[in-house]
Amino acid sequence: MNASRAVTTESGIPVRELYTSNDIPADLDSRLGLPGQPPFTRGPYESMYRERLWTMRQYSGFGSAEDTNRRYRYLLDQGQTALSVAFDLPTQLGLDSTHELAEDEVGRVGVAIDTVQDMCDLFDGLPLDQLSVNFTINATAPIILAFYLVAAERQGVAMSDLAGTLQNDILKEFLARKTFIYPPEPSVRLACDVVEFCSTLLPRFNPISITGYHAREAGCSATQELAFAFADAIAYCDHLVERGIPFDSFAPRLSFHFASQMDFFEEVAKVRAARRMWCELATTRYGASDPNSTRLRFFSGCSGATLTAQQPLNNVVRSTLQCLAAVLGGAQSIHVMGYDEAYEIPSEESVRLALRTQQIIGLESGVTHTVDPLAGSYYVESLTDAIALRATEILDEIAAQGGAVNATTAGLLQRWIAENAYTEAREIADGTRPKVGVNVFVDDEEMQAPGALFIPDATAAARQRERLQSFLAQRSSVSAAEAVARVGSVAGTTENVMPSILDAARAGATLGEIADALRGQFGEYREPVPW
Amino acid sequence: MPALVEPRIPRVLLAKPGLDGHDRGVKVVGMALRDAGVEVIYLGLRQSVGSILSAAQQEDVDVIGLSVLSGVHLAVTRRLLSERDTLGLADIPVVVGGTIPPADADLLREMGAAAVFPVGIDLQEMVASVKELAAESRGVDR
Repeated sequence: MNASRAVTTESGIPVRELYTSNDIPADLDSRLGLPGQPPFTRGPYESMYRERLWTMRQYSGFGSAEDTNRRYRYLLDQGQTALSVAFDLPTQLGLDSTHELAEDEVGRVGVAIDTVQDMCDLFDGLPLDQLSVNFTINATAPIILAFYLVAAERQGVAMSDLAGTLQNDILKEFLARKTFIYPPEPSVRLACDVVEFCSTLLPRFNPISITGYHAREAGCSATQELAFAFADAIAYCDHLVERGIPFDSFAPRLSFHFASQMDFFEEVAKVRAARRMWCELATTRYGASDPNSTRLRFFSGCSGATLTAQQPLNNVVRSTLQCLAAVLGGAQSIHVMGYDEAYEIPSEESVRLALRTQQIIGLESGVTHTVDPLAGSYYVESLTDAIALRATEILDEIAAQGGAVNATTAGLLQRWIAENAYTEAREIADGTRPKVGVNVFVDDEEMQAPGALFIPDATAAARQRERLQSFLAQRSSVSAAEAVARVGSVAGTTENVMPSILDAARAGATLGEIADALRGQFGEYREPVPW
Repeated sequence: MPALVEPRIPRVLLAKPGLDGHDRGVKVVGMALRDAGVEVIYLGLRQSVGSILSAAQQEDVDVIGLSVLSGVHLAVTRRLLSERDTLGLADIPVVVGGTIPPADADLLREMGAAAVFPVGIDLQEMVASVKELAAESRGVDR
């Protein structure tokens, strides 16, 4: 190690050799509060994991609804406590499985959902009033939600009994992962239509998961991650408040999603800072009077970007540290990556090991015995303050650029992300950033894929296209077309689109047809050039 | 007698075929190539085989680089190589990067990809390999 090199956290906050009581402010107690009390630095709930462990949520989906239904039954049998649906790219982009652009991608990175029938089959035999379901869906979130509500209706489950989370954070899709369809402005309107609709009818459901995770995985720093998430949160909340919807009527159901990467204490401090920042934002910017509006709850995703193709079993250790940081940070639900993620969709074996990682931390390590065990640590508290300060500065910079929508449309945030990613790649290439198995302690042998990889089913796409054809043959095309036309005309007004999309779902309209009706009103977005 | 040819800046086309939007890798590669003196034309997301090939022709590029992280690398590369050959552009080498299992990397090379860069590849090694392909490709009269 080069002793003269400045030591910093991953996001560049200077770290001293030793922290003492001089490094924490005199008013520490008021900055922390008690767990379950504002500003929630120590945790959103009073007894945290002593009462109930976090939700262990492994993301999965592939092939057709029937294929994925079988994987869900397996995961629930293995002790997973909630489901998290991965959709294929055509579903995320509003294309039916028969669309020419969907050709190679049907059922590939997630499950293909074209119709209400697919959604019913996805949850066949799984009682929706007893499950919490997470949907990683954004541009087509209103349509997927409508399909889900109809599937629940057909199981005889009331909307008010549904629990789960819809990702529905379209703004971050312009920064990373990029499953946008429409331009930012109408996209925000659709996301807010969903939030408004759910705020009155689905009291147990989180209609949005405001996400810093993807931008982080695409390369931004921990402090940028917080700033981007809160900038997006402000864009949605401002929009809803401007519609005349009281903040306290929707804010208690807002949820967040952050990453957990390798700098252990920075990750713990980051989410503690996030809770404090949100409490302050909700109170000062929006005048929240319900304490639940100021209580930040989050899903922690461990990191795929930090995993390596070299010596893949090392990834189990990386994921364990990331999961532990999420637990010490007080996450409400956690996803652990499969160690073979650099090669393929995780195999059943690696998904089981990811789940076991969570279970071992939760049940054997003892870290859940007391709430917020790192509180009062000179370093962690000092870092929590430093991260909140830096993230607030970045948030102010974004506000000065006109807020999340403008800064994103101009491509500014995307450039910050790409520059950081490039710096990190260069540091790994020149060895200044140690990466075990990659630039230090390298094995001579070639890169070796671990064990048995997941093998995609080559017949899935054809089977899904047949399912869609037979569904279309049985529905009334006239009523489907009328319902779809109605979605288009409502989209042209300021009325909430959700009821019309729900009607279209009941009438047998496909995901692609409904998305096309919205394309007709809003057009499609093209990205600015990256450099 | 052949005229003396001005040394030309290598030109590389980068694109993401299919629907995958994970562009961290392709942007890092683009920036690394740019810093190594390569002219990079980045087409962006959701590019069809046809749009990639017509851009390659119009921009007179020396190498085509595809980035795929959604697992559709085999199908899309096969189609692109076949249409490339039909269009008489077989002298433009095609390289593929992304989440590519080792067995698939072999298949890609067998079907005619000039190089494969799976996750974990060394950045400098990749830049050197692309520049070398560009230099060889420039020698071909087109």
